[in-house]
Amino acid sequence: MNTELAGVIVTFIITVLLAIPLGRYIAKVFAGERTLTDFMNPVEKFIYRFCGIDPQKEMNWKEFLKALLTINMLWLVYAFFTLLFQDKLPLNPDGNPAQTPDLAFNTAISFLVNCDLQHYSGESGVTYLTQLFVVTFLQFVSAATGIAALVGVFNALKEKTTNNLGNFWQIFIKTITRILLPISIVIAIIFIFNGMPSSFAGKDTIVTMQGDTVGVSRGPVAGMVAIKHLGTNGGGWFGANSAHPLENPNYFTGMIELIAQTVIPIAMLFAMGLYIKRKKFAYVIFGIMTIGMLCLLVPTMVSEISGSPAISKLGVSQPTGAMEGKEVRFGPAASGYWSIITTVISTGSVNSMHDSSMPVSGLMQMLGMMINAFYGGCGVGILNYYIYIIIAVFISGLMVGRTPELMGHKVEAREVKIAALVTLLSAFLIKGGAALAAYFVAHHGDMAWAVKPSAWLNNPSYHGFSEMLYEFTSANANNGSGFEGLGDNNIFWNVSTGFVLILARFLPIIGPVAIAGLLAKKKFVPESAGTLKTDSLTFGMMTMAVILIINALSYFPALALGPIAEALRGAN
Amino acid sequence: MKASTFAPELIKPALAQSFIKLNPRSMFRNPVMFTVEIGTLVMLVVTIYSYTVKDKTIGNFGYNLTIFIVLFLTLLFANFAEAIAEARGKAQADSLRKTREETPAKKVNLVGEIFTNEIEIVSSSRLQKGDYFVCDAGDIIPMDGEIVEGLATIDESAITGESAPVIREAGGDKSSVTGGTKVLSDHIKVRVTTEPGESFLDKMIALVEGASRQKTPNEIALTILLASFTLIFIIVCVTLKPFADYANTTISIAAFISLFVCLIPTTIGGLLSAIGIAGMDRALRANVITKSGKAVETAGDIDTLLLDKTGTITIGNRKATHFWPVKEINSKSFIETCVLASVADETPEGKSIVELAANSNGSPKNIDEYKQMLLAKHTAPKFIEFTAETRSSGVDFENEKIRKGAFDAIRNQVTKAGNNIPQETEERVKTIASNGGTPLVVSKNNQVQGVIELQDIIKPGISERFERLRKMGVKTVMVTGDNPLTAKYIAEKAGVDDFIAEAKPEDKMNYIKKEQHTGKLVAMMGDGTNDAPALAQADVGVAMNSGTQAAKEAGNMVDLDNDPTKLIEIVEIGKQLLITRGTITTFSIANDVAKYFAIVPALFITSIPALQAMNIMHLKSPESAILSAVIFNAIIIPMLIPLSLRGVSYKPIGSSALLRRNLLIYGLGGLVAPFIGIKMIDMLLGVFM
Repeated sequence: MNTELAGVIVTFIITVLLAIPLGRYIAKVFAGERTLTDFMNPVEKFIYRFCGIDPQKEMNWKEFLKALLTINMLWLVYAFFTLLFQDKLPLNPDGNPAQTPDLAFNTAISFLVNCDLQHYSGESGVTYLTQLFVVTFLQFVSAATGIAALVGVFNALKEKTTNNLGNFWQIFIKTITRILLPISIVIAIIFIFNGMPSSFAGKDTIVTMQGDTVGVSRGPVAGMVAIKHLGTNGGGWFGANSAHPLENPNYFTGMIELIAQTVIPIAMLFAMGLYIKRKKFAYVIFGIMTIGMLCLLVPTMVSEISGSPAISKLGVSQPTGAMEGKEVRFGPAASGYWSIITTVISTGSVNSMHDSSMPVSGLMQMLGMMINAFYGGCGVGILNYYIYIIIAVFISGLMVGRTPELMGHKVEAREVKIAALVTLLSAFLIKGGAALAAYFVAHHGDMAWAVKPSAWLNNPSYHGFSEMLYEFTSANANNGSGFEGLGDNNIFWNVSTGFVLILARFLPIIGPVAIAGLLAKKKFVPESAGTLKTDSLTFGMMTMAVILIINALSYFPALALGPIAEALRGAN
Repeated sequence: MKASTFAPELIKPALAQSFIKLNPRSMFRNPVMFTVEIGTLVMLVVTIYSYTVKDKTIGNFGYNLTIFIVLFLTLLFANFAEAIAEARGKAQADSLRKTREETPAKKVNLVGEIFTNEIEIVSSSRLQKGDYFVCDAGDIIPMDGEIVEGLATIDESAITGESAPVIREAGGDKSSVTGGTKVLSDHIKVRVTTEPGESFLDKMIALVEGASRQKTPNEIALTILLASFTLIFIIVCVTLKPFADYANTTISIAAFISLFVCLIPTTIGGLLSAIGIAGMDRALRANVITKSGKAVETAGDIDTLLLDKTGTITIGNRKATHFWPVKEINSKSFIETCVLASVADETPEGKSIVELAANSNGSPKNIDEYKQMLLAKHTAPKFIEFTAETRSSGVDFENEKIRKGAFDAIRNQVTKAGNNIPQETEERVKTIASNGGTPLVVSKNNQVQGVIELQDIIKPGISERFERLRKMGVKTVMVTGDNPLTAKYIAEKAGVDDFIAEAKPEDKMNYIKKEQHTGKLVAMMGDGTNDAPALAQADVGVAMNSGTQAAKEAGNMVDLDNDPTKLIEIVEIGKQLLITRGTITTFSIANDVAKYFAIVPALFITSIPALQAMNIMHLKSPESAILSAVIFNAIIIPMLIPLSLRGVSYKPIGSSALLRRNLLIYGLGGLVAPFIGIKMIDMLLGVFM
């Protein structure tokens, strides 16, 4: 047990240690200072020239968002049609079929929004071409979109009064050429040396010990798995994701994958501190996020390591903890850690089956996605946290007797309205979606659909409810993991989660960028002794309280009927 | 003018108002309470339905009726909070309005085609802006106006509550009179400056009565936040229906509506407008009339405060504190010379010199006798008044010429006469100035006799008040006509952060603009016409009631007491207003946690027995749990009315400490209180159910 715990602790410490220099590097990249990767300059210049981009052009928040949304729309159309016709396109050695329109709709959106909810299995649902030029491509650009949006907000926070959020194209391209691409290449090489396939050949065949001949899927896996984690995407090459031996061969690659998915979200915090010159502000946020993550992690690890109470009741001892749905090479501690990291950060890759986690773990995983701001996805995690900050600033500003201010800008009705709408959106999408699904299961179980609602759930009762709730929570958080007992490749789930995905991606990007743009335009108010200190620990705790209260109030009844009921029943 | 929160004469009209305010059109302004009203109406229908039709899923009549009554009470309590705040403002306004009753006015019909300065008695309501009227001793001044002729002592106690009469005269900065005040002596001619019904006071009355109250920007933002919380809870309650269907649980309409009403922030929703009205009411109690609620809120945000030195930081005028004769002159004769120089000097400084002299050398003497005694020693006195040219005053006798004045003025005279200025005098003058004093040099026959030291007396306790302001984050700036050296000394002694010395009116204006340019909010107080532009430029401009009409029009508040330190109180009232809103919001939202623990297990206990473990309050039955939560939700509103009217106290302990303190009291308190409250109500209900 102790070795397992030590493995988790070491992984986390290495992540933070790597995030510090990476943060410094990222801050330098966006400040335009000299860095190691200046050799990419000609490449960038070529891209600017080729695309007709003027990288020096300043953008206000509206122009910034317009650029961001237009290019995303273009990628969506491209991805949808490529998936729809993938069977007719090259690089399909296994002869996989085209995706159905509803599945293509879901898949295209899902990768565009950095979610990677996969309602198909990689082995049969996509071709090498779509894996590379749709899936992997979107994994790069969606992560870069999130980071670019965040850097836009940094630019707004940096200046006293400005209209300029920076040039979206320049930030976006630099994110790929300076951050995502170089680090992905390094990680992919490490993976290849650890046995991850990187080949364009089709299925291999092996003869098992029973004497059967089995086809084993492969492909250019390593590169995709690198950006899958680095970009907090999470969509796997294979159906079993990082539990698959070719996608995550050993404990070491497990560690690398964990570090890769956590390092950018944490590094962005440190980069923020340096870039906007408010180090203490960044450290406090890092502290609060870490505390939040630990609050979810500790109960999960405890319940996974202690094993299933149902098995204990049978009198069977579980010296290895809860092993259902877990890989022996990772064990319950590393799997528990992974399940929390992948849900607080919107990666959604899995190395164990979350559907088989203990009810308490399931609860923590869902909470992590509902809050979606303890580190959070590439760029967007801090944007989500920023919304909580706006609400915390507003309430605590009133409590110290001043019109609320954030970094010298008054937070007024318009900003509060946007923040409130974004907060509202999550509750609406998660609970609305789950309610719709529950309604069909309860009242129209025999609808004449390809998959009847009554056949959606692998488990009855509370756990079945959790499966539906988890799916919408994952879609709303742009996470992509699932309680895979749910039969989700059918028109209801493909279409409903597709809409949830796209709304839950872009509105929470538009909101914070708009707020930051609006605030930055306002007159700068210098700090006085009466001003609320947003970089104090007190304010950090206030933000934490706002996060907990808003999420508890929004989701408590739904969680009570799912994982909480299941956990309490198990405890009795 | 003080009335306790729940004085019987206020309760009755407030109760009546609570029902009148149920009108959906007025409820609509408050989205939180409006949804409660809809819920209550639905509950009414359900109650009637359950009486006529026996439907098990609807629940029994008695229970539905109880829930309906509790919800109805919640609405009434919220309306009552607003009504009592308005009633208090109204009581305040009524006492002011009494001064507005019709009084006969002696209108002057000006020289024109028909009239020749005739005086006609008309009702005060017929006076128009620009009319003239006269007042004699004993008359009530019919309208606000500006004295154009004469001087009078006026009793302003009807407005300020201060019984000492004040002097108002034509010209200068004390020319303004207020309707309803009484002339005690002399005769004045006044020009009316406002249209009937549009005076400052009329505006204020409308404001505290709530008729013309606009929501302030902070209030609008908070309403948006509360509305979005309400929407979240609509989502929670609506989605609970299919969730319950999935879990094979039936939830009665009464339970749905109870859950919804409990969860939405009714506490702050019900008290929000009462808090706003009470804030203005508190300003009025401090004898400050505000033009809008926004001005009070802005006062809470003030970064920089401009204060006049005289009257605010120092007591009125300078006083003589020391006589410094030159070496050759003995002290007694120097003092006598000083007194003679000041016999005819009626300025406060002049009087203080005589006073100091009379009290020096042992036993104090009667001032008038003392003057006469000294004058008797000389013959043919001819008093020389202060002029701007000579900048000195004094007295000429047959063979003596005594002058006193500023150092450079006397130096001019002395050197012109061919005499020297003693080295020690020059040094003395410098020492006094650097100690914040004002030196007056006295000469006899163009020979320097010595120096009189005048000192500003800093008001006791003022530096503590500045310290308090500093902790609030407010920078204080002293404005004075003194030279920079004196100004610096007083500024340091009084503890202000900055000063404007040798200030001309435009200096104030420039300072305000400079501060505003860096994003700061500036408050100032003023009375003179030449203060008007600065008052208008300042974010919070407080005009003294005694000031000119122009000053009053330019500012956004009027201080009836003419008390320059009032700004400090206004800043605190503004802060209190925001803090009260913030803390009650926090309290209201924190309450929801306990309500969830009461209601959610109660709803699902039959179909999911495991959830009993969540019933940590061990409430008796699901019905009792729901009822307890709704009752707690209702009664917390009247319980917090006194706090919302009084305002949460403000402590200048720094923003982080203040946040911690308020989070602890109202956040943690709001988390814990309902657990105790709901449990107690449940135990009480257990006796009946």
